[in-house]
Amino acid sequence: MKLGVLALQGDFKEHVKSFSQLGIDTLEIRNPEELSNLNGLVIPGGESTTITKLIDIYGFRDAILKSVKQGMNIWGTCAGMIVVSKRLTDPYPNPLGLIDIEVSRNWYGSQINSFEVAIPFKELGPKVFPGIFIRAPYISSVDESNKSIKVLARLSDGTPVAIIQKHKNHKILVTSFHPELTDDLRVHQYFVKMTE
Amino acid sequence: MSTINSTNKNGNTSSNKEWKQLEKPKTGSWTVKGGLAQMLKGGVIMDVVTSEHAKIAEDAGAVAVMALERVPADIRADGGVARMSDPELISGIINSVSIPVMAKCRIGHFVEAQILESLGVDYADESEVLTEADTKHHINKWNFKMPFVCGARNLGEALRRIGEGAAMIRTKGEAGTGDVVQAVSHARSVLGHIQKITIMSEEELMTEAKNIGAPYELLIEIKRSGKLPVVNFAAGGIATPADAALMMQLGVDGVFVGSGIFKSGNPAKRAEAIVKATTHYNDPSILAEVSKGLGEAMVGINVSTIPEDSRLEIRGS
Repeated sequence: MKLGVLALQGDFKEHVKSFSQLGIDTLEIRNPEELSNLNGLVIPGGESTTITKLIDIYGFRDAILKSVKQGMNIWGTCAGMIVVSKRLTDPYPNPLGLIDIEVSRNWYGSQINSFEVAIPFKELGPKVFPGIFIRAPYISSVDESNKSIKVLARLSDGTPVAIIQKHKNHKILVTSFHPELTDDLRVHQYFVKMTE
Repeated sequence: MSTINSTNKNGNTSSNKEWKQLEKPKTGSWTVKGGLAQMLKGGVIMDVVTSEHAKIAEDAGAVAVMALERVPADIRADGGVARMSDPELISGIINSVSIPVMAKCRIGHFVEAQILESLGVDYADESEVLTEADTKHHINKWNFKMPFVCGARNLGEALRRIGEGAAMIRTKGEAGTGDVVQAVSHARSVLGHIQKITIMSEEELMTEAKNIGAPYELLIEIKRSGKLPVVNFAAGGIATPADAALMMQLGVDGVFVGSGIFKSGNPAKRAEAIVKATTHYNDPSILAEVSKGLGEAMVGINVSTIPEDSRLEIRGS
């Protein structure tokens, strides 16, 4: 199994480190050719406008869409979730449209509204997951009647914060928080399992 | 926690027990303050003086903008007292872009910082580029929910700022010159010193803490982790894509570009080129490509011609 982390901008090194703590080597992806034969790609936290711009400048858009069609799984964290979503409530950036959700950027306000909160995450066991939300995006719309979509975790007010969509030959996972900034490796493990 | 240092100001480390108690959202914590800096890594933060500049910076791929009234080159040329920018200007810039907005306050001027926090600024820069308000004390940054970035020339200075609550560090460089020499010197000093700490024996750390005027606990942590406990950017004198890539190869996490962009011939093109260079800092063929035809770089001032006591980097220590 070959995993990569998109290393255009953001906290990609933290993802690489989390996977290495699970004993898994990952590639830092800076050129579209490096996507070939990847089984899974993580799009990290960062600035979604910057990451999307670099995706387009360096020809990643078509390359990612092509690899996904061939079965590559994706996990987007925070900015990465914005990048893979179907629709944004903002006029830009232009997302990749890989998971059927609508996302609002910076919904919680400026940095002083960034927060930490414990999240119940059933698939990962009874222990709560440490949720770190940094100028976090908000999943403003998701069609839960769609059988291919599953909400994996919610805040206490019902806001979905982790979603998976199963397509014919690949899966897309999104989290609006940052497991890579914690020492809890369970979401990384989950991504590895769903990719195997 | 592994990647963001979660030691609070009392030196305690958060445990899973605390997570269980964290059913209500907690804002302004050390984790979320440092977390935003983590998101800026591998990116370029650009000085802007108008909403139009801010838009150009965002379109060029900046990860954040620094709102200020005059770029450092003009502050240097104009002289006089340099202060926090007009809140109207800062709010205008906040409203014009979707990326994080930073703003500068004077060293030790905690009321300017309070104003910035109330405006909803995402990060405050307690900056030597502005005139000092207090020659002996920096702001107690633990008092704020808004995170701070501070400049440092060496490891002792960086750790004192972190001890005061700074959640991000940058080199001081020599702002407004377009001469990268001081940024290089400061980055080498901080990063080289970290290497030395990692091979020191436990017994040496207290003496080292005394010698460099740094909190002992932070030296213990550096010995353990081998890195600064917060994100570390380069700033001051970066004017070209090659300058940005140089700083990245030296080992910083990202770059601030001040006067270098909007004092150059073609700001939009240069801004985008520096963004590309910061991503592909290890790829000389891409660096060559993005460095082509950028027009005039800022004219620049050779730092060695500025008398030592007139340099901005000596403010605050």
